[in-house]
Amino acid sequence: MLLFSLAYHSLKNRLLTTLLTVFSIGLSIALLIGVENVRVGARESFANTISQTDLIVGARGGSLQLLLYSVFRIGQATNNITYQTYEHWKNHPAVDWTIPYSLGDSHRGFRVVGTNEEFYKHYRFRRDRSITFESGRAPADVFEVALGSDVAKTLNYRTGDKVTITHGVAAAAGRGILDHKDKPFTVTGVLAKTATPVDRSLYIPLEGISAVHIDWTDGAPPMPGEEVPAEKITKQTVKVDQITSFLLRSKSRIDTLRLQREISTYTEEPLQAIIPGLTLQELWRTIGYAEDALTVVTFFVTIVGLLGMLVSLYTSLNERRREMAILRAIGAGPAKIISLLVLESFLLSIAGCVLGVGLVYALSVTFQPIVEEHFGLYVPIQAPTITGWIYLGAVAVAGLLIGFIPAWKAYRNTLSDGLSVRL
Amino acid sequence: MSAIQLTDLRFAYGKGPEVLRIPTLQVNAGEKVFLFGPSGSGKTTLLGVLAGVLAGYTGGVEVLGRDVAKMTGTQRDAFRGSHLGYIFQLFNLIPYLSVIENITLPCRLSAERRARLNGVGLEQAAGDAAKRLGIGDLLHKPVTNLSVGQQQRVAAARSLIGTPELIIADEPTSSLDYDHREKFLELLFESCKAAGSTLLFVSHDRSLMHLFDRQLSLPGINKAGT
Repeated sequence: MLLFSLAYHSLKNRLLTTLLTVFSIGLSIALLIGVENVRVGARESFANTISQTDLIVGARGGSLQLLLYSVFRIGQATNNITYQTYEHWKNHPAVDWTIPYSLGDSHRGFRVVGTNEEFYKHYRFRRDRSITFESGRAPADVFEVALGSDVAKTLNYRTGDKVTITHGVAAAAGRGILDHKDKPFTVTGVLAKTATPVDRSLYIPLEGISAVHIDWTDGAPPMPGEEVPAEKITKQTVKVDQITSFLLRSKSRIDTLRLQREISTYTEEPLQAIIPGLTLQELWRTIGYAEDALTVVTFFVTIVGLLGMLVSLYTSLNERRREMAILRAIGAGPAKIISLLVLESFLLSIAGCVLGVGLVYALSVTFQPIVEEHFGLYVPIQAPTITGWIYLGAVAVAGLLIGFIPAWKAYRNTLSDGLSVRL
Repeated sequence: MSAIQLTDLRFAYGKGPEVLRIPTLQVNAGEKVFLFGPSGSGKTTLLGVLAGVLAGYTGGVEVLGRDVAKMTGTQRDAFRGSHLGYIFQLFNLIPYLSVIENITLPCRLSAERRARLNGVGLEQAAGDAAKRLGIGDLLHKPVTNLSVGQQQRVAAARSLIGTPELIIADEPTSSLDYDHREKFLELLFESCKAAGSTLLFVSHDRSLMHLFDRQLSLPGINKAGT
């Protein structure tokens, strides 16, 4: 208790140095825990780019490829699947809902997704968020389009604007050679920001995709003069005969695996079904090395913080030689001197840990909504994870161990100084 | 019983030249002894040996009837903590503690020293010691606000709390002016008498020596280098 009181008063006496030391350790702890939380948050958010979808079904090919083009709008499908096949699975007794996607066209670098009202009704991301509209409504007619929020913002489109769709996916805006110029789409609404790839697409009805290709033969546009005028096309006259992939929700999670096997062995058409969560995890593992790099950096920051403490304790020793001699004179042995300094260092690191955790919470509470809105990153506010506790424990122990360095120096000092006056 | 009994003490720092060679030195219990000698005559070294901070000597060192030479480092620390009071020349006090915290420090460090209070409360004992030295009204002040003279009195009060048998004072008055020196000594003597403590007072200022029971010249008893 005496040592504790001495350590406390001594630290309080050097208040500025103490505060700076605690602050520097606190900051590194905050960084360590913060990065850990962001890591967890990033992984969670990534895994929740798409939610409540049990299976993604497409033509047979790479599972990662199917995930990339269906969820992230990256790359292209090699094959489509027929609408009959889609309807077969859509009406399967174990299936709750499906969202069809018809991909392949674009608008100024953004993908155009043909889908139907199921998308607006059932699509979920970040656990249970659904698609909402910032303005306007979902497209109902063939030549109507809803814009993802990034699309609207980047291209500065508003409800009522006309949009021309480009055949194929052009790499850069405006590069499409084959524009469906004769059949412009009218913007009916802009989706609210989701901070997922949903923001970077345009959404038109499935019939819209068919309609722009209605007069095409064998992948080639109609000869001039042979185009079917847009006015003649209605939802009833257009036939949707193929889609690219569809999202599927089974009625019960238990059915998912059985359904997946059933789809993969479907004899009418070669299909594959992937569980998005699993494939997302697979993808995360391949890009997750970045998070390790981040962790390594924060470790070094923490080491720097602890070294700062070492420096401040060590440099204070010279001005404290008197203090040590006094303590020796009233009967404190070397063990007591060592304990005092180790205790000070331990107290500093504990205070740093407390401050750091406090900082993380304060920052999380303040910035969580902003970060979530702008980066789609949901950083959980929670008690430190097991990893977090391990970090805290490691820093406390490191603080304790580092304390032995100045303590040893102080011990050497007291041996050489004895009770003699050194100023 | 003698408070200090040295027999054929020889001390050198490491492999350096002999600093102390004292064939015999005896201080009786309750005596007030004035030890003088010029700088470099080995005063501080002798005090270090007596206080049990320096080791590595040959010969017999008995303090308060205990054989300090045979003790381990830890035993010497504990012995010093409970039976000795030590006053430095200057800067006796822990700067971040108040006056009363400085005075009570030995008793909080050593349970044995505390037991010597004979049931008197710690604060009470500190207050008594402070009052006797005329600093009773400063107890809760931070020590950094005190004058040098007041600081030395606090140091004296600390060395006297728990009535240790031996007080070693290493030039405690050298930073005080003449009037304050006499006053300080007077108070120190009174306190030592009340506690029944032996006082070994080291100084090079011989104007004070007539106030003591016995005067010892360190060059006279230290044969090192002769």
